[in-house]
Amino acid sequence: MSYWFRNDNRLPQTRLAVVSYFIVGMIGLLLLGFWKLQVIDSDKYVQMAEQNRVRSIPIIAPRGRMLDRDGRVLVDNRPSFSVLLLRDDLKLVEQYLPVISDGLGISIDDLHDQLQNTRNLPKFQPIVIKPEASSADLDFIESHRADIPVLEMLSVSRRRYLPNGFLAHATGYVGEASEQQIEASNGKLRPGDVVGKSGLERQYNDILMGTDGMRRVIVNSVGKEVDHLTQQDPIPGKQIQLTVDLDLQQVAEQSLGQRPGAVVALDPRTGEVLTMVSRPTPDPNDFAVRISAKEWKQLNEDPLHPLLNRAIQAQLAPGSVFKIVTATAMLEDHNPPEGFTTYCPGYGTFYGRQFKCWVYFSKKGATSHGATNLHEAILKSCDVFFYTVGMRLGIDRLSYFGDKLGIGHKTGIDLPSEESGLMPSEQWVERAFHRKWYAGETISVSTGQGAVTTTPLQLARLIGGIASGGVFKQPHMIKDAQTVAEERFPISDHTVEKVTDAMYGVINETGGTGTQLKLTGIELSGKSGTAQVIGYDTRNRLGKQKKFEDNAWFVGYAPKRNPEIVVAVLVQESGQHGGEAAGPVVRDIIKAYYDKKNRRTPGTVTAEERGANPASGTAVVAPVAAIKPEEHPAAQSHSAQGNPDPQ
Amino acid sequence: MKEAPGTRDYDWWLLAILAAICALGVLEIYSATHASNLAGMHIKQIKWLLFGFGIMFGLSRVDYHLILDQALILYVVCLAALAAVLVLGSTRFGARRWIHMFGQDFQVSELAKLIIIIVLARFFAEVRSDELDLRDLLKAGMLVGVPLTLILKQPDLGTALVLVPMLAVGSFLAGLKWLHAGIFTLAGVLLVGAVLYPPVSKHILKPYQRERITSFLHPEEDAKGSGYQLLQSKIAVGSGGFWGKGFGNGSQNQLGYIPVRYSDFIMSAWAEEQGFKGVLLALGLYMALLLRLVQNAQRAKDRAGMFLVMGVAAALGFHVLVNVAMVIGAMPVTGIPLPLMSYGGSATLFVFMAIGLVMNVRLRRFVN
Repeated sequence: MSYWFRNDNRLPQTRLAVVSYFIVGMIGLLLLGFWKLQVIDSDKYVQMAEQNRVRSIPIIAPRGRMLDRDGRVLVDNRPSFSVLLLRDDLKLVEQYLPVISDGLGISIDDLHDQLQNTRNLPKFQPIVIKPEASSADLDFIESHRADIPVLEMLSVSRRRYLPNGFLAHATGYVGEASEQQIEASNGKLRPGDVVGKSGLERQYNDILMGTDGMRRVIVNSVGKEVDHLTQQDPIPGKQIQLTVDLDLQQVAEQSLGQRPGAVVALDPRTGEVLTMVSRPTPDPNDFAVRISAKEWKQLNEDPLHPLLNRAIQAQLAPGSVFKIVTATAMLEDHNPPEGFTTYCPGYGTFYGRQFKCWVYFSKKGATSHGATNLHEAILKSCDVFFYTVGMRLGIDRLSYFGDKLGIGHKTGIDLPSEESGLMPSEQWVERAFHRKWYAGETISVSTGQGAVTTTPLQLARLIGGIASGGVFKQPHMIKDAQTVAEERFPISDHTVEKVTDAMYGVINETGGTGTQLKLTGIELSGKSGTAQVIGYDTRNRLGKQKKFEDNAWFVGYAPKRNPEIVVAVLVQESGQHGGEAAGPVVRDIIKAYYDKKNRRTPGTVTAEERGANPASGTAVVAPVAAIKPEEHPAAQSHSAQGNPDPQ
Repeated sequence: MKEAPGTRDYDWWLLAILAAICALGVLEIYSATHASNLAGMHIKQIKWLLFGFGIMFGLSRVDYHLILDQALILYVVCLAALAAVLVLGSTRFGARRWIHMFGQDFQVSELAKLIIIIVLARFFAEVRSDELDLRDLLKAGMLVGVPLTLILKQPDLGTALVLVPMLAVGSFLAGLKWLHAGIFTLAGVLLVGAVLYPPVSKHILKPYQRERITSFLHPEEDAKGSGYQLLQSKIAVGSGGFWGKGFGNGSQNQLGYIPVRYSDFIMSAWAEEQGFKGVLLALGLYMALLLRLVQNAQRAKDRAGMFLVMGVAAALGFHVLVNVAMVIGAMPVTGIPLPLMSYGGSATLFVFMAIGLVMNVRLRRFVN
């Protein structure tokens, strides 16, 4: 035995016993800890384990489709895939970024930005790095499932609109619900839900939007789905049928071309909107995926305001179309009496100021209208006659009739953000400007200049309503509208007869401003309007600029009494008279309306047309896809007319 | 010396307890890994266990006095190996802890623990007086301090800390004065306080160590770091309830929410699937193991044997305490495995070698 060894067996038994107690105490304390977790607080942890394990994944309910009046598809959905990035483990994500960038064609900087922008969201929530995955992207993800664990695909349903902004302003577009919308929805909407943002998408969002389903799945610690528990199927949104006629809409889109302006066609008997066009237009398909803040800003700041639905939001001077209001007022009030005649030398002097008639500036033919009665004045759109009538009536009566005929009131169409236009009055200038009405203003207002403004839809309703004997149906776009409001403004039959005769004459009698629009076999009637943006004198002073060019109006209808269709067309800054710039659009649409009507048995839909419609929608897309600006002859001819040199 | 001890002298109760604990470990390793890409790990563990049993029997045959004779050489070898690993060792997870030998990576600090047990036993056995004076205490402190510093350099805080209870238990049994005990306890408390107090800890701890402390104190601030690990472990344990979710049915375990569920957090997986009743069994076995060790120490033939056994008990007891306390969120993540249940080669071998020493002492209790 070694030197150090001492045969010493006096062991510290007491201290060893203390160590034993210590061991027992230690194990006891640990057991207490387990008791607390496993028995006392167990329920809480059971719940937390369940939250870990089970993830609820929404199944997006498809939005309802929009059909035209014959059941053809205008708006539907298409399946699509988004690429998700799982970012539970940022270090892991960082490691794969170069490969992902390569494989999906997204720059590293872009990916970093996206990660940076979403760093405040919970880590378990994946982010969409590519909202619209191509089939190559899907192949890439599928083939790298094993070695890139941070990518996932999400199947989504996207809105598909007809191309080139077809009916875009009426249908509107969808987008992710804003915070305000979520708050206002009383818990119905969740962040990320897609809702209608404008147009019919917004108006009928509750019908179109279904109820999302829910899939409860078991996920492992890296978020991979390993099993699924229950599934609650989504309830798809209901489809809506519109009053819009796809064929007429197509004609309207083509005929207006790319010129800024608007077209709206109504059936005055029912208030149904047959077409609605506004130019310029964005392509809502661009919003259906994801629109960058930059693009959005561009759209909003575009001086041409492509997001504006001019059919219901452009509030512009109606020009000579307003003369129908003045004429109605004159005939109803018998002031001046029906046989009243003025002499138009090309201008008139009222309250010490000279007001020119448009004919004074005419480039060809006479520069005066000579002796004119009401019928001729409407035909030729003589300003001097209506200046005189306006002066005789006074602003109160003009304002009364304008107001009763709907100017200054929203028509109540089922679209959000409609504008009301303005019918000026003495009360209005007092309220708005705290001044007295200038008598000279009445002269301007009587020919639809000055402060009076209307929307294209208002004018369609107004002209259609007068031609229908004072019955104004509320314009609407949903086919099975439950109740259609109707306003009646009693106008004597005689007045209706006189005014409609004159509007028939505008197109069908020698000397009318729209004689070039004449259609054989159709009682096309209407009224042109050429609204100054600024006074002619001022314009001459400032020099010619596109934005000061006249706005061209034409409101036409057929037949001449109790019309079936009324079309209002606005072509902005055309530099042309209403009859020339806007008239042909009206004619094209009304001709198309009758062509179609004569082709089919009245009131029914042919089997052929039925067959061409519902489910696929491809039958519809094909013809429309052909409308490209460059292939469109009307657009070309119009753009050629777009910058004429009047001098 | 005398005739070799017979098989009857082995501590069969101790072996039975060991075997039971190993069985629980293998079962849970199987449950935790069979459905993953780590499948088959339990077989590897069984191989390590069999190897360990062999080493244990081998070690028990050599008289521990002969081993204690070589304490100085072992100590020098230990320091050299620890220094070598700092220079040559392979780096994993940012720490140099492993050295490659015989186609396996060995954690040198496991061997160091064993050698320090031997060295301390030899040192305390040589202390003649019944009371441990300050000079001897400081010497013992130095003996432990040097390897402890080297291990901290790796860095491996967990293993380094295991040396502390060896010293504490050894000193206590060697007749530590109550006054000194009081002073050192106070110093220990102050040190723990300093570690937990950020303005001080930033001077003495590595960033990853401080992070672990922070996430231990505020687990909710660290969604995916070690705070997340502790939280997931607690969820696993708590959701197991009294009866457990059943073998192979723990969602936290099977879906991988428990971090390193087959190793450091195996108790968490066990507690989830077997519930409180299973924990009672496992901790009961560990308590029996530790008490059996103390009993062996009480019956040792001499002080040297007793110190050897109690060194082993201190190391194993500390492992159990720190690991299990971590699993229930009562201590920060330190990377200390649960002896005999956690998967791991070096750690398993250490335990069996340590138990081999205990057997050795037991086999020679009547011999003289």
